[in-house]
Amino acid sequence: MIDQLKEFLSYDFVRSALVAGSMAAVLGALVGYFVVIRKVGFAAHALAHVGFTGATGAALFGFSPLQVMLVISVLAGAMMGVAGNRLHRSEIAIGMVLSVCLGVGTLFLTLYNGFAGQASAILFGNIFGVSSQQIVQIAILSAVSLGVLFVFARKLIFASIQPDLAEARGISLSVLSTVFMIILAISVTLASQVVGILLVFTLVIGPAGIAARLFRGFWSGTVASVIIALAAVWTGIILACATNWPPSFWITSILFALYLIVEIVCRFFLRTER
Amino acid sequence: MTAALSIVDAGVRLGGHEILRAVNAEIEPGEFIGIFGPNGAGKSTLIRCILGLAPLSAGRISVFGVPAGRANRMIGYMPQSRVSLEGTALSARSMVAGVAAGDGWGLPLSPRTLRAEVDRVIELAGVGHFADRPFSVLSGGERQRVGLAQALLGKPRLLLLDEPLASLDPRNQMLLIERVTEIKKTTNTTILFTAHDVNPLLGVMDRVFYIAGGEAAIGSLDEVITSEALSHLYKTEIRVIRVEGNIFILAAEGGVIEAARHD
Repeated sequence: MIDQLKEFLSYDFVRSALVAGSMAAVLGALVGYFVVIRKVGFAAHALAHVGFTGATGAALFGFSPLQVMLVISVLAGAMMGVAGNRLHRSEIAIGMVLSVCLGVGTLFLTLYNGFAGQASAILFGNIFGVSSQQIVQIAILSAVSLGVLFVFARKLIFASIQPDLAEARGISLSVLSTVFMIILAISVTLASQVVGILLVFTLVIGPAGIAARLFRGFWSGTVASVIIALAAVWTGIILACATNWPPSFWITSILFALYLIVEIVCRFFLRTER
Repeated sequence: MTAALSIVDAGVRLGGHEILRAVNAEIEPGEFIGIFGPNGAGKSTLIRCILGLAPLSAGRISVFGVPAGRANRMIGYMPQSRVSLEGTALSARSMVAGVAAGDGWGLPLSPRTLRAEVDRVIELAGVGHFADRPFSVLSGGERQRVGLAQALLGKPRLLLLDEPLASLDPRNQMLLIERVTEIKKTTNTTILFTAHDVNPLLGVMDRVFYIAGGEAAIGSLDEVITSEALSHLYKTEIRVIRVEGNIFILAAEGGVIEAARHD
């Protein structure tokens, strides 16, 4: 088994996948923790769909999908952030925007007339196709996002758990929300490189949701979220090598299984439910 | 001595509507003031003005001699909005620590200096015995005490409690009021407490601040909660009826303005 592992790791594309996957996992796990406590999961999902339009548009007009996706998602994220701190109140607006984005993306795909593999890669991820140039881009974007997240971490926690008090203490909720949505847009774009647009939720919500369900502190919660995300991505990629099944399938399945176990344990054994 | 809170000819307009006009009040340090009035009368708006979150259209408000403005360290605030963190295991202590660390930048790496302060308010607000349980499984009364602990961070001299009794059963209302009274006694904090019903606060508040019809009256219970004074505020005939130590406020044309305790 160790020999098999060594063989997988001797391939460049596997090593690239592990590196890119790890970066997306760490960023997704940390940003996801804030998505969970701020309850903006739906917005995260919507940002990925907006990215779909960007990626298909880029394919059609011959631009780099990652860059176009990034620009469009960040713009959409900034708009959502400016629009309001309490995003869950504008569910319908977000839903309408995300459906029109998917619609336009579909049009781009049809006009592109390329092979269906392109669409599949955008929707379900193509971690084994990550180029070294993309790895550099992912590394820079992760580093910048994590840096900004670390600077704002305390204020984000404060504003998430007690927004009115935070505002009274002089924290601008709209500025904070805009900064966060931009970071979220970047993480969603990076996560979509690993698991695809349709499965972004797995990396951005999955590990953080499981960790937040179990751990009672911010530190324990975020550290656990990162560990869970890395474990799922690494195991998923290795299992994909061994089985030839898509890594997205393995990563989502591992996280779902973990989620089920945690839910059952919490509900029936720990009785943390009211 | 400087007043804890001084409101002079204050008026508030929001979206072209006059919410409050010519409000005057001088509140001494260490006073417990109950703020009452019907829904939408402007109780929360007044609190937001004291916090500097809503602008005055006339007059001025000062807190211990300092004009009202945002980020005033002398004020502790417990908002009316309730936070729910369903599906997370974040403990009550984390909820308090998160607020305590919230003023700084960067990673919350220095909890040691904050830990003493977090422990102090947890003790003061009576959160101690459930501090390490997940916030999401706490009862309404317990969650309110976590909110109280958050408001007490930084040793405020003026505590603004916005509808802390809302949706609590009578027993938990009593426990919370006892806790606030205890805090007032031990720390000499000035307390502004908004509520729907005067009855739970009878005997603990020093003075009554009643807001209705865009105007306010402040004074002792016997000065403000009278048929004459309230009729003047509501601009309609109001009857104040006292039964076995409870106070009922009724519109003369029928309809209870403030119901009795729902015992």
